[in-house]
Amino acid sequence: MKFLHDTIKKIEPNFEKGGKFEKLYPLFDGFKTFAFVPEHTAHTGAHLRDGIDLKRTMVTVIIALIPALIFGMWNVGYQHYLALGVADQMTFLDNIIYGSIKVIPMVIVSYAVGLAIEFAFCIYKGHQINEGYLVTGMLIPLIMPVDLPLWMLAVSVIFAVVIGKEVFGGTGMNILNPALTARVFAFFAYPSYMSGEKVWINTAGSESLVDGYSGATALGHLANSGTLPTDTQATYSAFNMFMGVIPGSVGETSTLMILIGAFILILAGIGSWKIMLSGVVGALAMGGIFNLFAQYAISPEQQAFMAVPAWQQLIMGGFAFGIVFMATDPVSAAQTERGKWIYGFLVGFFAIMIRVFNPAYPEGIMLAILLMNVFAPLIDHYVVQGNIKRRMKRAETQLQTANA
Amino acid sequence: MSKDLKITKGVNIPLKGKAEQLIGNADRAKVFAIKPTDFHSFFPKLSVREGDEVKAGDPIIFSKDDNRIKMTAPVSGEVIEIKRGDKRKMLEVKILADAETKYREFPKGDLSTLDREALIQRLIESGTWPFIRQRPYGTIASPDDTPKSIFISAVNTAPLGADQDFVVHGEEALFQAGIDALAKLTPGKVHLTVTGMSTPSKVFTEAKNVELHRVSGPHPAGNVGVHIHHFDPILKNGDLVWYINPQDVIIIGRLLLEGRFEPTRIIALAGPEVKNPRYYRGILGMQVSTILADQLNSDNVRVVSGDVLTGTHISEDGFLGYYDQQITVLREGNEPEFFGWLKPGGNKFSISRSLFTWLRPQRDLALDTNMHGEERAFVVTGEYERVFPFDIFPVQLLKSIMIEDIENMEKLGIYELVEEDMALCEFVCTSKIPVQETLRKGLDLAKQELG
Repeated sequence: MKFLHDTIKKIEPNFEKGGKFEKLYPLFDGFKTFAFVPEHTAHTGAHLRDGIDLKRTMVTVIIALIPALIFGMWNVGYQHYLALGVADQMTFLDNIIYGSIKVIPMVIVSYAVGLAIEFAFCIYKGHQINEGYLVTGMLIPLIMPVDLPLWMLAVSVIFAVVIGKEVFGGTGMNILNPALTARVFAFFAYPSYMSGEKVWINTAGSESLVDGYSGATALGHLANSGTLPTDTQATYSAFNMFMGVIPGSVGETSTLMILIGAFILILAGIGSWKIMLSGVVGALAMGGIFNLFAQYAISPEQQAFMAVPAWQQLIMGGFAFGIVFMATDPVSAAQTERGKWIYGFLVGFFAIMIRVFNPAYPEGIMLAILLMNVFAPLIDHYVVQGNIKRRMKRAETQLQTANA
Repeated sequence: MSKDLKITKGVNIPLKGKAEQLIGNADRAKVFAIKPTDFHSFFPKLSVREGDEVKAGDPIIFSKDDNRIKMTAPVSGEVIEIKRGDKRKMLEVKILADAETKYREFPKGDLSTLDREALIQRLIESGTWPFIRQRPYGTIASPDDTPKSIFISAVNTAPLGADQDFVVHGEEALFQAGIDALAKLTPGKVHLTVTGMSTPSKVFTEAKNVELHRVSGPHPAGNVGVHIHHFDPILKNGDLVWYINPQDVIIIGRLLLEGRFEPTRIIALAGPEVKNPRYYRGILGMQVSTILADQLNSDNVRVVSGDVLTGTHISEDGFLGYYDQQITVLREGNEPEFFGWLKPGGNKFSISRSLFTWLRPQRDLALDTNMHGEERAFVVTGEYERVFPFDIFPVQLLKSIMIEDIENMEKLGIYELVEEDMALCEFVCTSKIPVQETLRKGLDLAKQELG
């Protein structure tokens, strides 16, 4: 690898101050540090540093997302062939291939558009390229319906990166989770492509569907009728919902794969288990309250929806994906340890509340997380104020004992 | 009444090259230096000129702000050079040592009759006063102040740190004399913290006139700041605690019992690049080249006076710092690493498990000085808190320093900290934030505005 490094060193002067491509230095630096962890040594403070850096952190999150991504690709294929009524003739590979044809372009568009904007901003501001988008770029395709036109995806990415992140100063400074900003933008800008029965399964073209086929998600059914359809294949059985062989956004369906991701994040110490655990507790609390009061609901649909066992709420829709991968985003979540408990609990609580009470938004986790993103600094503020008050109180008692 | 303290937040970095508990032979250093940069918020003035002959205990430099505070010569000899840096900042005052040290004579043996004022005068005159530092700020104590208590930490949990129980061996009488003197300086207690993880030296356990505590846990459990935080915290502006290292207590004891300033120290030579890590007899300010001779594994090394988290980068013929008890030698990690951020492990240590190094059996590593990444904005949360055993919010405090919000710095507890207390935060930081430098900036600002 010496050759590559020598080449980089040789062309470096062109990008440094006074060089031909001085303005492109952030881009050059980005690629250089991507290929080589630089030879920088500690020059102030500790002479020894932990082996981790932000690139490593981001890569670990991407590794944690891979099970959900691969399953998502398979499921796109499987749901497609299921809709055509030919699922039992298709092999695992057929499903994956069909799914990759649909999903990989989404990933490419997300990264290409997002990174292009990041690079442009870095060159414009003369900043180093930050790694934040590596994860955001993977999250965005996983939380979109597979039938979303690619140009809509691109517009959402532009909105998320520019308005969600760069205007606040880039990675580490944003208030809202950028990936969810992309989704919420698409959700309100192109509602017909983001919800309903048609978007979750790719059935474009002239292929004929099986009779009476509905592509609605579990939550779609519940919001409409309060019950899940009980067909012969038991599409919406708890087992299927846990495994993820149901329609939904690309990466959100399989609770099992998300749990594998959660395990990786918690083991690596990168995702906050406090947020995940308290989120689940919050959701069970709200679900439990609904179970208790289900009989008092206004309409029969709502009665049925509220009566869905609380634990089943955890395996439907995007709840699991949101609580594991989005709510734990360290930049937009609460930053104090006590704050994380409160933040996670409220995300889970509001997610189920919005989901059940608001038929216009069949999934509540997205709005719940965005809402709590806004409130996270406030939660932190009160946690920190608590610490300050405690210190002042101790100082006072110390003074009193000294005077006594 | 002694209290036990168990620290759970922290980490022991598995660094190779722990000093073996035996005293090595090395030629006595020929050149010694006092470095004004070892002292925070200290502006030096010279008491000597190049060519002057001095005895051990004769003043070399004094403080511009309080001309009573002075550093004296650790050995007798000739002042050969006053080294200056940018803007004529004084860096080193070098003394070429005589073969046989001549000592300036101080009164002795009258400790029991000495009152507080006279004692302070004695400590100031002999140059032992600067061993006493204060919290907040970690600066040299002011003779005009009265601290609410004095802390001595006899636990060193720093990476490859000199074992305090080993270095004071056999010095019971001098240590006790030093303690008795310190007890006169405060109306409060003298707190002595010993290790709760092994049997402490009886120099410490049999010391009288002290409040004995036992502390156990990973680094920074041995930091005096942690002990102050738990036993007698600094909660507001005006609270004052003094602290001093055990070996320096012995130097004070020697001054009072034997009447001379003889600042000897047993120092640890440690680190992955040292052939035979062990202890050496040294003297404050000694040139380290004699003990480093034939001991280095390679040329591409960094010599640190002090431990790897808080020490000062010195050259191979640099000088032992005023408060330091160890020399650590590391390899310079100045090699680029191809896709280093993607490699499963490598020669690195991390408190997170995102590197697979946690899978291999626990053994000591020859870690180097590479940053393993570049500086970024704060992103990851909760990692400082894992190695920071204070009831303080470290990230929020640093942010308040970055925006120079003095009111919040004060409220968030900056008075309780100096760099060494946050050194592990800097070590673990994913975003490679210069934590210690930032904290000192905040301390300077607070001292200037409020101190």
